[in-house]
Amino acid sequence: MTPRINEIWVYLSASPLLGLTITLLAYQGAFWIYQRSGSNPLANPVLIAVTALVGFLTLTATSYETYFAGAQFVHFLLGPATVALAIPLYTQFRRVRAMLLPVVVGLLAGSLTAVLSAVLVGRLFGASLSTQLSLAPKSVTTPIAMGIAERIGGIPSLTAVLVIVTGIIGAVGARYVFDAMKLRDPAIRGFAIGIASHGIGTARAFQVNEQSGAFAALAMGLNGALTALLVPLLAGWLTAA
Amino acid sequence: MISALTVLLIFQLIGEVLARSLDLPVPGPVIGMLLLFLALLLRGGPGDGLRTTGQNLLQHLSLLFVPAGTGIMVHLHRVADEWPALLLSLLISTLATLVVTALAMKLCQRAAHPGDSQ
Repeated sequence: MTPRINEIWVYLSASPLLGLTITLLAYQGAFWIYQRSGSNPLANPVLIAVTALVGFLTLTATSYETYFAGAQFVHFLLGPATVALAIPLYTQFRRVRAMLLPVVVGLLAGSLTAVLSAVLVGRLFGASLSTQLSLAPKSVTTPIAMGIAERIGGIPSLTAVLVIVTGIIGAVGARYVFDAMKLRDPAIRGFAIGIASHGIGTARAFQVNEQSGAFAALAMGLNGALTALLVPLLAGWLTAA
Repeated sequence: MISALTVLLIFQLIGEVLARSLDLPVPGPVIGMLLLFLALLLRGGPGDGLRTTGQNLLQHLSLLFVPAGTGIMVHLHRVADEWPALLLSLLISTLATLVVTALAMKLCQRAAHPGDSQ
């Protein structure tokens, strides 16, 4: 019987079916826990699903490459989902236009803070130069961040991980930060979460409130574009300073 | 749903082609998002199909980050070596960005409407 199970495992671990299925299973389990917790930000579904998957892959000695051969089908949907963000943006367009000045000022202040504070704090605590450069684009959505890291001499795949962790920190922490600031406006809450923590923050914002979600989507798009322009300009100064 | 997915993919495709041919620093899907937004403004909004498919896709946006996040297992060594700097940088920077962005917007809004209390 055991050789049979081995054969099946060899087949399964070489096919994309397993990676895809465990991704969906881990996420469904994580989302169930998140809902059971009363949508507590600490029970972030990305965090729980990633932890479960890393545990499973390590225990079964499955490589990330093998896993990703299946999981890439989910990963691919990030593209069309990004395009789909235009829809809530359109729905909230009137509110966005009414808040044009705060949006522009918030974007500039937040974008600069995200890049400079990440690099400077990293440097202060002894991160290597390539790690500092990988940290610079950590607040923007994964595909943009990886492109920036590559351009300035960071490590794109490390940046991808830092981006995800940043997203989780923002999604988990934002509610506590805003409550401490006594900030209630769902538009400002959403916009700040989108600047600080891109798509994962945006996903969380959509779960809380549609208007927050739309402003987060807007912030994520604008911050991605601005950071892509800003970081290569700052990179020379950051490596020299 | 199929026609809505086709629309999303076509806009992503146009975005990718523009980004690559014009050597823009912004990724294709973001350009696709801006183009779809413009198209919605011109057309006066999405149809039911596009609206529903968009909602379904965005409702579980979190799921789409799981495969990339699992990539942390490839970097466990570097993370183990530099984790205090990484953790502090990400924590402090993310919280600072939230506070600075929100404060800047709040002050700006208050300057524009001095009468409002919130």
